[in-house]
Amino acid sequence: MTIERHADLTPSAIEARRLDVGYGGRHSAVKVLTGLDLTVAAGSFLSILGPSGCGKSTLLRVVADLLDPLEGTISVLGDTPHAVRSRRDVGFVFQDSTLLPWRSVRDNVRLPLSVGQGSLTRQIEDRSEELLELMGLGGFGERLPHQLSGGQRQRVAIARALLGQPKLLLMDEPFGALDEITRDRLNDELLALWRRTGTTILFVTHSIAEAAYLGERVIVLAANPGRLVKDLDMRPFKQDGNRCTREDPAIVAAMADLRKALELAS
Amino acid sequence: MRQEPLPPTLAIALPVLGAASILLTWQFLLPWLGVPAYIVPTPTAILGVFQKSFSLLIGNLWPTLIEALAGFAIGNLTGVLLAVLFVHNRVLQAAYFPIVLFFNTIPILALSPIIMLIFGLGMTPKIVIAAVICFFPTLVNMIRGLDSASSNEHELFRVLSATRWEVFWSLRLPRALPMLFSSLRIASATAVIGAIVGEWIGSDKGLGALIIQASFNYQSDRLYAAIVLSSGLSIVLFCLVVLIERRAIKY
Repeated sequence: MTIERHADLTPSAIEARRLDVGYGGRHSAVKVLTGLDLTVAAGSFLSILGPSGCGKSTLLRVVADLLDPLEGTISVLGDTPHAVRSRRDVGFVFQDSTLLPWRSVRDNVRLPLSVGQGSLTRQIEDRSEELLELMGLGGFGERLPHQLSGGQRQRVAIARALLGQPKLLLMDEPFGALDEITRDRLNDELLALWRRTGTTILFVTHSIAEAAYLGERVIVLAANPGRLVKDLDMRPFKQDGNRCTREDPAIVAAMADLRKALELAS
Repeated sequence: MRQEPLPPTLAIALPVLGAASILLTWQFLLPWLGVPAYIVPTPTAILGVFQKSFSLLIGNLWPTLIEALAGFAIGNLTGVLLAVLFVHNRVLQAAYFPIVLFFNTIPILALSPIIMLIFGLGMTPKIVIAAVICFFPTLVNMIRGLDSASSNEHELFRVLSATRWEVFWSLRLPRALPMLFSSLRIASATAVIGAIVGEWIGSDKGLGALIIQASFNYQSDRLYAAIVLSSGLSIVLFCLVVLIERRAIKY
């Protein structure tokens, strides 16, 4: 595996200042996020927790340059979201795997090679074989998505997001539709991947346990309007390398703390 | 209560037996009831026409086949191209789609004389009628198909900085194929109907003309043979579409 660590490139992966985000134009907009200040350290794993409508998915879409903020500033990897997208420094994983059903698993992973290359300001190479191996999908390359289980499909989606060696991985409830055993296993695989690559990960979830287990830091957003209500550093509760067990009393206590914030936010 | 599916041999045998039972009843019951042959001929009499007047039938099959195929190709191609234009230009769609919708409510039989007036006799008006009949379902299905990609899929392509052309080629078009083929299957039957309707109104060639002539002359065995042939033509076209569909859509 030849993935470099990116952690030393910029001091912070994301800097958002007084960010307002909404839909439907500047004046008539329904605000989804208001006055958000957020700094995310490069190479860190941030879990974003919140009730539906709190703007957690919206935040990812602003970072990915899918949505322009109404007010405020945001810099991603020290640059504009647009520049970062043009370098393909950002990978996105959706809740439904969003695999193209007519493409084989391998061709789905290679999608970033067949579209968007023209505007790309950086060369990316075909590491699909390596990534399929890494995600435990060796031998599945010729299958079609409908021949895979939900967990395998999500692995393919992650492999596709990683193809461009993104410095930033945005995950929008990627394991929300999976059964608990598969979800736990993928949580561990994701952490292993993160440790290996040093990619900054923003992970949206509505599961308190998942947020606490994965994140070095967990933020809780409240709805109507979406705003930051809790910012919890998880590192004091964990060992080095963001390691912990799900049953650890410190983690369970942190989860109770998060649950309280989430209940107030809902 | 849900019924068990039939074993495969029965699933094939039963439709064959069903058709055979109808044919046999037709063959023996109608003469026995005293229905004259010039009203309803027996299956063997119809089969006899295929032997007796084979060259006449084939001679009339060709024009209909060519008109139906040309109409099928032109109508569907126009439908697909217009759908592509409409999904990429919402202003055009808003301006002209209602007119197309209105145009589609005119019965094809009412429209046919106008088409005859414009294009005269010969094959062209029949091709145009067949094309008009195929055009509309394909346009509507293709618009829906091209728009059927989910917002997540569009976002995925945007994260990858895909161009409009790449979104069309790698997302919209493959997404539209299942709906396109379902309208092509319908069009395989309606194209033949269009050609035949055109031939009714003004032609001395083709299966439509043969049907009209045979019915005027009380040659009902010939009439039925022409009907069998035209439905055969539709079935062949339909099977061709299904064959291509299976190669194009593998998932």
